[in-house]
Amino acid sequence: MPQTIIGQTNPVAIMFFLLFVISTLGITYWAAKRTRTTKDFYAAGRSITGFQNGLALAGDYMSAASFLGIAGLVSTKGYDGLIYSVGWLVGWPIIMFLISEPLRNLGKYTFSDVVAYRLQQRPIRAAAATGSLVVVITYLIAQMVGAGTLIKLMFGLPFELAIVVTGTLMILYVLFGGMIATTWVQIIKAVLLLGGATLLVIMTLYKFGFSYGELFGQASKLYGAKFLEPGGLVTSPIDAFSLGLALMFGTAGLPHILMRFYTVPDAKQARKSVFVATGFIGYFYILTVTIGFGAAVLVGQKAIMAIDKGGNMAGPMLAEALGGNLFLGFLSAVAFATILAVVSGLTLAGASALSHDLFVGVIRRGQAAEKEEVKVAKISTVMLGVIAILLGIFFKGQNVAFLVGLTFAIAASANFPALLLSITWKKLTTYGVVWSIYTGVIVATVLIILSPTVWVDIIHKEAKTAVETKVKEIDAAVLAIDTQVAELQKSVVAPDVLAKMKKKEKAVAEKKNKNAAAAMVAKTQEKDQLAVKKKEAGAAMPKPIFPLKNPGIYSMAAAFFMAFFVSILRPEKAAADKYAGVKVREYLGIGSED
Amino acid sequence: MSKLKHEDILEDPDFKDLSRQKFIISTILTIAELALYFGFIGLIAFNKPFLGLKLSEGSAITIGIPIAVGTIVFSWIFTGIYIWWANNKYDVLVNKVKEKVGG
Repeated sequence: MPQTIIGQTNPVAIMFFLLFVISTLGITYWAAKRTRTTKDFYAAGRSITGFQNGLALAGDYMSAASFLGIAGLVSTKGYDGLIYSVGWLVGWPIIMFLISEPLRNLGKYTFSDVVAYRLQQRPIRAAAATGSLVVVITYLIAQMVGAGTLIKLMFGLPFELAIVVTGTLMILYVLFGGMIATTWVQIIKAVLLLGGATLLVIMTLYKFGFSYGELFGQASKLYGAKFLEPGGLVTSPIDAFSLGLALMFGTAGLPHILMRFYTVPDAKQARKSVFVATGFIGYFYILTVTIGFGAAVLVGQKAIMAIDKGGNMAGPMLAEALGGNLFLGFLSAVAFATILAVVSGLTLAGASALSHDLFVGVIRRGQAAEKEEVKVAKISTVMLGVIAILLGIFFKGQNVAFLVGLTFAIAASANFPALLLSITWKKLTTYGVVWSIYTGVIVATVLIILSPTVWVDIIHKEAKTAVETKVKEIDAAVLAIDTQVAELQKSVVAPDVLAKMKKKEKAVAEKKNKNAAAAMVAKTQEKDQLAVKKKEAGAAMPKPIFPLKNPGIYSMAAAFFMAFFVSILRPEKAAADKYAGVKVREYLGIGSED
Repeated sequence: MSKLKHEDILEDPDFKDLSRQKFIISTILTIAELALYFGFIGLIAFNKPFLGLKLSEGSAITIGIPIAVGTIVFSWIFTGIYIWWANNKYDVLVNKVKEKVGG
């Protein structure tokens, strides 16, 4: 097994990390002087170019979980890991074809602006802010717990300290530098992550003479041909379809992603930024596949899983094996930077839902002084940051993987239908949207609680483990019986040997054979009993109330149905009349915020 | 702008052409992307042996690997097609209508 220093305090990693922190805090200082108005704070003064925004979107979206997690999944599960890397990308084209240009042309700072454009402000703002905040907070918890765990693994820092450091830096960036600082943290992180991953892939391929045939050949030699084939990840087609829907349309409902479209000057730059982002994110996921297979061959599954069962350290371990402590330190610091960029984007999106939608839109009925709104946004930032730190520590050691699925399911069911229908459907009404959003949030949340991931794996964890232990014991007992039977079989004297025996010896041997046969019958009966016991034990296995792991298919359908049903039941003439204005502005950009 | 003017723009043949074209392109590309991804998921769900086929005699690489990478690459190409169309056709029409209505 190769030596590793992962998990120990690593001075090189800390040095690289400090370098990143100092330069980003420098940028925050510079950005703070340019952050005065709401337009600066929420939208970086709309001064970001399409290309820059593309990079920032990539930096906003590529999480440490996808960098470390997918490489780890590929290294331990082979082809099944690839299925994930594809799923994370496919929402981006949808954003471009359906959302990006109307979003930019119709809105100001948040996607609620678009939904509320021709509907009644207060109920819409309240509902859309709820959708945004639920998504932001669930995703923040998942990211914070992931951050604490990963940083502890990489740097050996205590979990709580890692979360406090992450939370504090994220508050500093957003509080003082607003969208300008957040954007540059995301751009720098994207460049570092893409550069680091590219370097890692080049060094990996160098080991295989730049031949993928050689890399996959060795992987298949080590772990069998099955390693390069789809395995047990997708068992139920409908479950796969449901997860696919949530990933695809959830991406187009993530408030921190949608918000970035207001940082560019016009719809043309908005669309360009999706093209750039899709290219970089796709490229990155292709890299993680090579990193995963490279780690499986060059580091080995056994060594990877000895450090972390989920395989999360596959990438860093590969970096250590190929580039020593220096490269490991660099990549660990990049992973830390990655976490920071994502949580900063989330915090900013959450803060704008609180200040722009809830405070100004609902409490102040759209009338608030610019200065006051910025102040409320900053207070919201600190509040959300502290909540994120506390929740991150509260959920320590918990299985939070389901939160990512929940985030995407809610984004796809609450935010996406409201946004899409407000752009495309003339007869949409205020109450249609309000019902649709709350239905999406509630159905997605309730179904995921009743699903195998929460109902069985978390709520009935003890019962599940008890059943699993019992089944394992029974299996071991069956195996023991099998060995005993095999030994008895061996002790039986064969008829041709018996025939050659003398009379006295023969009698003894025949008696022995008889005893062995009786023992074997007894053992077989014992085995049958065990089989019954196993069936009984298996029946005690807790069953999910809702069978799918991801509720997307049902929660999205429910949200769309509610929007149609309620809108048709009670038409809203004022909203339908204003649709002409929406269409003109959506297509031509006349009157768009600049 | 008055409400009447908005309705007038909607009736403008160039605007109608613009919104129709945009609707068609967006719909086709969205369906293409859905077909691409759910086609991939469908293969995994219903035809695993196909994805497990070797790319060539003696190669360890399975067909599933280029198909997965291809799904990512084609998604990006689709966004490229949209950009190309929008820059060359859509923006021209938008400017034409804008000139007419004096936006």
